[in-house]
Amino acid sequence: MSASSAFNDEKGGSSSVGEPEYGHDPASGGIFSSDYKRHDDLKEMLDSNKDSLKLEAMKRIVAMIARGKNASDLFPAVVKNVACKNIEVKKLVYVYLVRYAEEQQDLALLSISTFQRGLKDPNQLIRASALRVLSSIRVTIIVPIMMLAIKEAASDMSPYVRKTAAHAIPKLYSLDPEQKDQLIEVIEKLLADKTTLVAGSVVMAFEEVCPERIDLIHKNYRKLCNLLIDVEEWGQVVIINMLTRYARTQFLNPNINESLLEEGGGGEKTFYGSDEDEDEDEEEKEKKAEVAAMAKRKPYVMDPDHRLLLRNTKPLLQSRNAAVVMAVAQLYFHLAPKAEVGVIAKALVRLLRSHSEVQYVVLQNVATMTIKRRGMFEPYLKSFYIRSTDPTQIKVLKLEVLTNLANETNISTILREFQTYIRSMDKDFVAATIQAIGRCATNIGEVRDTCLNGLVQLLSNRDELVVAESVVVIKKLLQMQPEKHSDIIKHMAKLTDNIQVPMARASILWLIGEYCEHVPKIAPDVLRKMAKSFTNEEDIVKLQIINLAAKLYLTNSKQTKLLTQYVLNLAKYDQNYDIRDRARFIRQLIVPTEKSGALSKYAKKLFLALKPAPVLESPFKDRDHFQLGSLSHLLNAKAGGYQELPDWPEAAPDPSVRNVEVKESVPEWTKCSSREKRKEKKVEKPFYSDSEGESGPTESADSESDSASGSESGSGSEESGSGSESEESEEGSESEEEEEEEEEEKDKKKKKKELKKPVPETESEQSSEEEDRKIERKSKQRKSDSESESDEDEESESESSQSESEDSESEVEVKKKKKTAETKPPSKPVKKETKKEKKEMSLLDLDDFEPAPSPQVTPVNTFLSNSLVTDLEGLSLSDSVLSPATIAPSSALKNYELLHRITGEGLSVEYCFSRQPFSPDANMVAVQMQFTNSATSDTKNLHMEDVKLQSGMRVKEFPEIELLSAGETATAVMGIDFCDSTQAANFQLCTHTRKFFVSIQPPVGELMRPIFLTENEFKKEQGQLMGMNEITEKLTLDAKCRNEHAIVQRVTAAANLSRVPCGSDKECRFAGRTVTSSSLVLVTVATKEEGAAQLTVNCEKMVIGTMLVKDILLALTQ
Amino acid sequence: MIHSLFLINHSGDIFLEKHWKSVISRSVCDYFFEVKEKAVDPENVPPVLQTPHHYLISIYRGKLFFLSVVQTEVPPLFVIEFLHRVADTFQDYFGECSEGVIKDNLVTVYELLEEMLDNGFPLATESNVLKEMIRPPNILRSVVNTLTGGSNVGDTLPTGQLSNVPWRRAGVKYTNNEAYFDIIEEIDAILDKSGTTVFAEIQGVVEACVRLTGMPDLTLSFMNPRLLDDVSFHPCVRFKRWESERVLSFIPPDGNFTLMTYHVSSQNLVAIPVYVKQSINFFETGSCGRLEITIGPKQNMGKTVEGLMVTIHMPKVVLSANLTATQGNYTYDLTTKVLVWDIGKLNPQKLPNLRGSLSMQAGAPKPEENPSLNIDLKIQQLAISGLKVSRLDMYGEKYKPFKGVKYLTKAGKFQVRT
Repeated sequence: MSASSAFNDEKGGSSSVGEPEYGHDPASGGIFSSDYKRHDDLKEMLDSNKDSLKLEAMKRIVAMIARGKNASDLFPAVVKNVACKNIEVKKLVYVYLVRYAEEQQDLALLSISTFQRGLKDPNQLIRASALRVLSSIRVTIIVPIMMLAIKEAASDMSPYVRKTAAHAIPKLYSLDPEQKDQLIEVIEKLLADKTTLVAGSVVMAFEEVCPERIDLIHKNYRKLCNLLIDVEEWGQVVIINMLTRYARTQFLNPNINESLLEEGGGGEKTFYGSDEDEDEDEEEKEKKAEVAAMAKRKPYVMDPDHRLLLRNTKPLLQSRNAAVVMAVAQLYFHLAPKAEVGVIAKALVRLLRSHSEVQYVVLQNVATMTIKRRGMFEPYLKSFYIRSTDPTQIKVLKLEVLTNLANETNISTILREFQTYIRSMDKDFVAATIQAIGRCATNIGEVRDTCLNGLVQLLSNRDELVVAESVVVIKKLLQMQPEKHSDIIKHMAKLTDNIQVPMARASILWLIGEYCEHVPKIAPDVLRKMAKSFTNEEDIVKLQIINLAAKLYLTNSKQTKLLTQYVLNLAKYDQNYDIRDRARFIRQLIVPTEKSGALSKYAKKLFLALKPAPVLESPFKDRDHFQLGSLSHLLNAKAGGYQELPDWPEAAPDPSVRNVEVKESVPEWTKCSSREKRKEKKVEKPFYSDSEGESGPTESADSESDSASGSESGSGSEESGSGSESEESEEGSESEEEEEEEEEEKDKKKKKKELKKPVPETESEQSSEEEDRKIERKSKQRKSDSESESDEDEESESESSQSESEDSESEVEVKKKKKTAETKPPSKPVKKETKKEKKEMSLLDLDDFEPAPSPQVTPVNTFLSNSLVTDLEGLSLSDSVLSPATIAPSSALKNYELLHRITGEGLSVEYCFSRQPFSPDANMVAVQMQFTNSATSDTKNLHMEDVKLQSGMRVKEFPEIELLSAGETATAVMGIDFCDSTQAANFQLCTHTRKFFVSIQPPVGELMRPIFLTENEFKKEQGQLMGMNEITEKLTLDAKCRNEHAIVQRVTAAANLSRVPCGSDKECRFAGRTVTSSSLVLVTVATKEEGAAQLTVNCEKMVIGTMLVKDILLALTQ
Repeated sequence: MIHSLFLINHSGDIFLEKHWKSVISRSVCDYFFEVKEKAVDPENVPPVLQTPHHYLISIYRGKLFFLSVVQTEVPPLFVIEFLHRVADTFQDYFGECSEGVIKDNLVTVYELLEEMLDNGFPLATESNVLKEMIRPPNILRSVVNTLTGGSNVGDTLPTGQLSNVPWRRAGVKYTNNEAYFDIIEEIDAILDKSGTTVFAEIQGVVEACVRLTGMPDLTLSFMNPRLLDDVSFHPCVRFKRWESERVLSFIPPDGNFTLMTYHVSSQNLVAIPVYVKQSINFFETGSCGRLEITIGPKQNMGKTVEGLMVTIHMPKVVLSANLTATQGNYTYDLTTKVLVWDIGKLNPQKLPNLRGSLSMQAGAPKPEENPSLNIDLKIQQLAISGLKVSRLDMYGEKYKPFKGVKYLTKAGKFQVRT
């Protein structure tokens, strides 16, 4: 009760806006005055100082716009408020501005500076919204400003801003098409973007601006395929449609062999159908033989990229979005080998449960598909059965599909269905059913008589429409074998008395005329009756009467001569010129006069020639030359902006264009070009197919690029990561077809079972996708507690949310790396582990090139990593290294790879955080780099260039290394001020010949330096960092880490902290300060019995705190 | 892509227009009105129309037409799906999607439309993201707003839009953590005159209502997942895991959402819970007819059939019905010619029966077709396909949520031909 009244209040209160018509307000007086007044008081409200009044006014104005009322005269008053602090007012002003800027261009310019300022805002969301509004203002003068803004935003660090930039491109293009070339440059740049957020939008821009520049896609093709599943659904639709077109230009027809066979068997099919043409014939035959021979010689092998596309789109058939499902369906229809197209049927049938509009579109497409690939939908025949409650347009389409599906085996069922439909109350539908029966009868000889009988029965139906439709259909059927059915013709002749529908009457008359020799007695009589009613008939009937008369005159002139002349005379004076013309023409032709031309001799031949039986065809035939699912297909006419689906090329264009250059695409973790890899794999197929498609090297690279897209939960990256992995495994076995795949499946299943065991002990892990996920999942379980907290933090610190979210992204990334490093060898002797994990990155890559299946360390490797370890031990000051007895997995200084020796063409670079103070600048973290030249030639002038940093970060470059001769190693130290964030520092590593993009990303534990505190100081400081600044986690210690010493080891390894003396042996305390801002970081680990423990981190910087908790937690539990 | 949107009510008034590119005059709708006049039923208006310069793509929802104007090639389903998403969003925000409600919340609606499309390309369609930017109206807030002059535009920035889990709000907090799942199955069936099944299948949907704090990662597993013939998922479901293990693993959106829909096809014999005996006869003379319907339970696995209802669209010539029902009430609407027999609970001891005479227009010929019966029914606590949830696990958060699963079977498009 009270609630409902309150609700009413609310309606009235919150939205006087919603009040429909102000004109109706009794207080506002007459119409004209009120109009004037209303705007006046709105202006007043907008000029006031109170936000609430402004808001009220803006709400009213927007309501006016929504209702389509003109509010343009308020422009100056509104634009003034564009910089208003109140966010809702601002939003509404934007709405207004975008709507009217086009009409008031000069005034609109006043607002531009606000947006330009917004474009520089540190908050990515404000930058994005400024760009969005700026680009939506359709004022030509600001085109250069827009162009500049788009260009800038395209290289913004926030993917969201880049997405907005992609959206802005088509806006600018429609405003000024002259900018196309520049815009294409931006598109090209954005296409290279690796985040899912941008992918959909930029492809949309591509489709609107330069769909013909298919070459821009090459380099991004594989990336788009792999990202696809994580792109938002609307983007998926656009990308899939574009990729369909792309694939048609780049790959070979997978059905080429079959279509050749078909053509050979069918004979008169389109392409080689010009057999009559003698000259061409020879040529064609030759060509055909050639092609056929070629096909025999070189069996079709699907391009792995083609396969990649098919595989990565398939899961999307399960999307909840009908448009996505349809997009995938059309992709399969146009691109997949015949045997695989079937999978789409189920998904399309599912869509039939959706809204009727969706059904309508889907059925149209299904109708087209069923003509070409009937078998596909046959199992779902019953899903197309019609309910009496379906709207007529749906019924008719279903009927179409049912008719297309009819064949010898199911025709009886279908006809039985049709029988029920004929009795429907919906007459349009009945008429369509009769047509459908006619088509079934022509297509399937066995049932022709049954159908005909059925239709004849319908002739006695009470509804005229039904009868008329039957007549028309019967006429067509009779044409096929008239001699058998003179009784039907007689029956129909009788109908002329009753049927009034012109089309039906015309049909009957035509029938009688055509087959007058079968009904010699009746025909003249019919003509007599018709002559009588001639003047009252419709035009179409009149024409047929003339026709009938002419034919009868030619066959039976004795009886009909006078009648014919009578009819022709009537026609001569008819109002319709067609009829007059026809009459004149026919008279000349059939009535012999002295000056009648040569033609009259042939009159009989002309009129009574045997006419070919009509073929009843589906209206959906040949519609498939339009891309399915498109508007053009639906309308069966080319819509504006429609891109033709190209024919398959005769020979595949060079597939290597899709190879991605390593150094450009993968800045950090190395990856050899996939082409190269594929070759390698081919060579070693027996081995790799055994160990089921190992794909170590790209795994790191891929997950890397994924996490760049900022997966907080890892769920997204998990999927796409695994998607790309399976690609690799597939590539390994590229030429093998389905069986192989199935085998793989089985293998995987087996694998999966193994993996169900709690600890993944397998050493040969290399990323079967399930396994990968398993590991991920586990780690997620472990870390998710702390993660959720970081989320909360994000919320509470909404201002700095931007940088923070980035943080947490990259942090996950780091985490992931660690995880892959750490989860793997838990059961190995401790000592070995350090090596292992250092090898991890390089090993994976090297494996690829090594024939030996075991992950044994190769000589080169051992050498490398050993030397590194010793080097590092020498360098490090950390106490953990000094106590070699208990080196825990992560207690040594970790080496990270900066440049792999394969990517670096012999030059490999590793780095570690040496934890020494960086003397030139105390705010910097020292990064120790180790260069190894394993190439045969010397490397000169090693230095860094083009440092790209997030705002606030600084780098002190390492001194240039003049010469690094072959086989030598060198070390250098650089300093980076990370600004207490885990953002990566990107730069180029240059030698005298090459440049490599690399990036360094610090684990959070390296962003601090140890400080010495006494127990009392510690407690005091801790007391000041309570509440939000304190994070506590419960954990269970790893079995090997239950003593104090081990705990100290692990914590200090995970973070650069120093131990604080403590009286209790149940507690370990650590302290440090962050490098840049010197914020205090305090860590307490309190142990309880049976390995239970509690970890407390107190830190002013909550983000650092949360991340640190995660890292330490990980170190202690593993 | 999508150029403009017009909302048109049943009687043909345009009560809202929104343009994402330059303004298109509302006269473009005249083409639509023309076609609408011709089509008897609003359902029969073709969703896609071609006009000289534009293409009109429309949907019909809640007695409203959502008419969008496009100028160039765009997949029609893309637009249709989007329009339905718009309607769903309105439903979600205002509880219903009707002219009155939209007019009452015109500004909110306009703001929503502004956020959902940018230059005609969908921007934010996820309800959780939208709610972060534009708060749905609710009683308490509007009272507070009127007192404090606050607004219903979220003043926090919509960070959800940036995350990789765009369907979930950040920083969700509840005191009671609960996750409820409703498994609703609908039987689509066509029975012929003699009661044999012409066609039957089960369409199922898992509706979820999840109110959990933080970022929970849920895993829902079924006892018999192989039963499902075809599935479609909310984007949050990890497809690979379903492929390999047949479990639903997902980070749920906050609030109500449809987790998955599935399909159990006729290959697995679909149990039909009731049988219907009917005879409807129209006599050649005397312009009257007889009707008798009896319904009885068939395979219902020991559960009671509730909410039983029979709807018959009578031929136009039937003027009135004079019937007696042993159970429930019947109504016959003279204008729409719809006979509704509301039975309620099915009592197996005493089968409900409806019989009596129908009177027809004098002189009119007897209708050729007998009207088909549409059956509605409900069975609580039963998924007719036999699908069962085995467990729901939560990872990533530490609290213990309340969990619940409810089953319900309904009749979908359940038709008996006569």
